[in-house]
Amino acid sequence: MEKKRRDFMGLSLGLFTAAGGVGALYAMKRTWDPLPSVQAAGFSTIDLALAKPNELLVEKWRGKPIFILKKTPEMETHKRDIIVGGERYHVSIGLCTHLGCIPAYKKDTKTFFCACHGGVFDISGIQTPGLPPPSPLEIPPFKIEGTTLVLGEEGPEYLQMKTDGLTV
Amino acid sequence: MAHFDKNAKPFSNKWLDERIAINTLKRVLNTEYWIPKDINFLWAMGMVLAATFGLLVISGIFLLMYYKPDTNLAFDSVNYTIMAEVGYGWLWRHIHGVGASIVFLIIYIHMFTGIYYGSYKQGRELIWLSGMGLFVAFSAEAFSGYMLPWGQMSYWAGMVITNLFSGGSLEAYGLVEWIRGDYVPGDAFLTRFFMLHVLLIPLVIIGLIVLHFGTLRLPHVNNQEGAEIDFVEAGELWKAGKRKESKVIPFSPVFLSKDIFVMGVYFILFFYLVFYHFDFAMDPVNFDPADGLKTPAHIYPEWYFLWSYEILRPFGKDVGLIAFAIAQVAFVFLPFIDRSPNVAPAHKRGLFQIWFWVLIIDLIVLTAMGKLPPTDPVFAIVGLISACLFLAMGPILFIITIFEKKLEKGE
Repeated sequence: MEKKRRDFMGLSLGLFTAAGGVGALYAMKRTWDPLPSVQAAGFSTIDLALAKPNELLVEKWRGKPIFILKKTPEMETHKRDIIVGGERYHVSIGLCTHLGCIPAYKKDTKTFFCACHGGVFDISGIQTPGLPPPSPLEIPPFKIEGTTLVLGEEGPEYLQMKTDGLTV
Repeated sequence: MAHFDKNAKPFSNKWLDERIAINTLKRVLNTEYWIPKDINFLWAMGMVLAATFGLLVISGIFLLMYYKPDTNLAFDSVNYTIMAEVGYGWLWRHIHGVGASIVFLIIYIHMFTGIYYGSYKQGRELIWLSGMGLFVAFSAEAFSGYMLPWGQMSYWAGMVITNLFSGGSLEAYGLVEWIRGDYVPGDAFLTRFFMLHVLLIPLVIIGLIVLHFGTLRLPHVNNQEGAEIDFVEAGELWKAGKRKESKVIPFSPVFLSKDIFVMGVYFILFFYLVFYHFDFAMDPVNFDPADGLKTPAHIYPEWYFLWSYEILRPFGKDVGLIAFAIAQVAFVFLPFIDRSPNVAPAHKRGLFQIWFWVLIIDLIVLTAMGKLPPTDPVFAIVGLISACLFLAMGPILFIITIFEKKLEKGE
């Protein structure tokens, strides 16, 4: 009888502290979450008229560099190109898909080269096979408004690219 | 109630003994904590490490007085306030920087001494495991501390290392953003790593040091021959005045005085580096303030992480991450991979000796390759071979130690 009572007390205490422990862990997890102010500051407008052919324009969105490359007519086209006013643009998040370094644009070879682990991407952001990056440069969510791009909003062209599996 | 002598002088030996059993403590931790005579200066590395950790804590306390964990203020608080304004601020920073680098050199020496003499098995497994816990904690401490000056290397090391948690093709970017508290390393990131560096990880380290010392007390330290010593018998001989015949000496004051001699030599070298060659621990790239829109031309970790970084680098993303993860935890399993019945120095263990030196050379090659830019194809192949060799060393050890024959006593 005595034993049963102690078992019950032990079990109750255990369950009670476990519930408190779960609550505390949840509070700790939430404290580590990105702040709402950080998450809300997620929209940038980019004027594509600023881009010059074969010259990399770097803008900033959510603290990340955004690559904008206006393609010359000779450059290979790709379904990932964003077409505004008859011109083709490559727009991507300028972070290597391997571990997040910023690749540099090499004008002469027309490639993006990542100095950290030697990854190479072509003019449309497609990775060269056999090197560390596992996937193409990501395309940020965008919406075309006249000659500007709003980053952070998902326009029809972006959603189409997403359904086609051209970006994650 | 226990007996308390009313006439005992406050704080006298008797007074203290009645209250905190000071005589028992002294006996167990000092005068009858037996250390074998048959050891060399490498056995002093533990206390050298403890002393270096002490220096890191002291210098850290003074840096903490002026450091500002804010992305707008951190860089200047280190490079201007502490370095140029605070009286002797440079001294604390250079002790802290040099100490953080040298502590890993001593950790590696300490660790490979243990491997060479087989001091991780047959009763000493927990010493090894708590030691590996300390290695992980020190690595986390080094990484979090590296973030704090908020220079270019801080930012980009933070970016690359936190990205490892995306798990390659698992694309767990939510986890990465959760760790950072932001899309990229920013203010939330800096303040949380500041907290980890100055409070949580040091607490863990202190706890693990206590555990590490605790796990050593019963098995005792190993010796140069791996001889099994009857510590009670040898201790009795010492206590009976037969100090020459006894195989042991007491930890304190006898062994500790030898430790302090080695520490003395070590600190001459240490402060030579602090005063005249601190620059080796101060990467020039980190004297540029953090810039999220510009990756430095070539980024690499501090020297003590280069070998594991090089295991990540030659492979594709997923394979690289798996290889890296294995390399990080491989040494933990050493007591269970080594199947040999012998606790003996490597030079008496046949193939094990070759294995040991191949491992050392491989780690040195990996370290050298890890520092080079990723562009040279020849070095990339050398890196790939060394990384594959490292991964193979575990299974090789398992096989060669299965066939290792038992050494006869006194052989």
